[in-house]
Amino acid sequence: MLDYTAPSTVEEAIRILAEAPGTAKVLSGGTDLLVQLRSGRTKPDLIVDIKKIPGMSGIRERDGAFVIGAATPGAVIGECEALKRVWPGVVEAANLIGSTQVQGRASLAGNLCNASPAADSVPALIAARATCVVVGANGRREVPVESIPTGPGRTSLKPGEFIVEFHLPKRPARSADAYLRFIPRTEMDIAVVGAGVSVTLDPGGACTDARVVLGAVAPTAILVPDAAAALIGHTLDETVLAALDQAARRACKPIDDKRGTIEYRTKVAGVMARRAAVIAHERAGVRR
Amino acid sequence: MSKHHVSTTINGEPTEFLCEPQLTLLDVLRDELHLTGSKEGCSSGDCGACSVMVDGRLVCSCLMLAVEAEGHTIETIEGMARGHDLHPLQRKFLEHAALQCGFCTPGLLVAAKALLDRNPNPTETETRYWLAGNLCRCTGYDKVIRAVLDTAAELRGSDTVSE
Repeated sequence: MLDYTAPSTVEEAIRILAEAPGTAKVLSGGTDLLVQLRSGRTKPDLIVDIKKIPGMSGIRERDGAFVIGAATPGAVIGECEALKRVWPGVVEAANLIGSTQVQGRASLAGNLCNASPAADSVPALIAARATCVVVGANGRREVPVESIPTGPGRTSLKPGEFIVEFHLPKRPARSADAYLRFIPRTEMDIAVVGAGVSVTLDPGGACTDARVVLGAVAPTAILVPDAAAALIGHTLDETVLAALDQAARRACKPIDDKRGTIEYRTKVAGVMARRAAVIAHERAGVRR
Repeated sequence: MSKHHVSTTINGEPTEFLCEPQLTLLDVLRDELHLTGSKEGCSSGDCGACSVMVDGRLVCSCLMLAVEAEGHTIETIEGMARGHDLHPLQRKFLEHAALQCGFCTPGLLVAAKALLDRNPNPTETETRYWLAGNLCRCTGYDKVIRAVLDTAAELRGSDTVSE
């Protein structure tokens, strides 16, 4: 017996979720949830649609920082020119999720809370030091995106909690990000490996800050501090990129599956990290 | 199980229906409202046969609950032709023989129209990426792409098809 409700405020949603007698699922874009409902993988008693709550969909810029509503569809993210200028890697990652049709619905909160190790937007958000605002009966907390997924299909959200928005920080000059994913075709597939890189450069082009994150090579997206350390203090020459490649490969703990073997994923992770770093570096060089 | 009352606008007509919460928009379009142009292929958002527009956005109607349609505007393939006057895309699909069994055609037409409405001069690459979520097992896509690019050229009043 499934029921559906679409509260119009965050407080109402929190109360409904806290008082729900059985299993409740929060619905944003639904592009994962509806597939799971149909397959029987999830059998909730109640669906709480958060899209009628003001602010859940849309992007706001505040003093150079961005707030993205939890249920903002990928298509809307892709059309936000200001966001694309400052966070091109986050936008390209969000826009890689599914087809044009899926982009019309799929959201960052859904991509994160579905907790697939191969979720495209997650490495880019972590590389960007994005945080998310989690609400529930015990109040409101802002946490780093990387603290949410704990394993395939599992998150650190407590029962009744949900994400209301994502925050992307203000960017220093000469900063940019990039996300690359490897799939054996050009569209409509799930990442074999994903790599998100964010850098800030000094006027000479050396990295003063870097974040390197890999997807689909461990139970969750992984931040790789050793790979970032390989970049910091350097411009990108072959020695630096080789060190980045090495560090990225060392961090991989992938599985063998139909998309790729452990050995293959590990090698590709190094290549994707290198290429994403080169793109982020180029973008940062032209961004003042 | 309690039914939900949903008020929408479908192809310009105010439309109300009652539905159980687990039904998809596609279920209601086809089985309740008898708008059977939208097809059920995969029911998982992979094939695009159920493509419709919701508030001007292309979506898979199999990936949306019917109750979510409350207050929203929906356009389906049934709203594409004006009476007996086919939309230029429909005419070009016929001219180019861009269909065989026809099952994917409504979804492809809705998706192609969404593309041309926002980009009157798409390149072939843009068109192929835009339509990557519409699967066809008969024509091999090439005729579909020709038909869409030819329609775009006609709508622009130009003989040149973008490369």
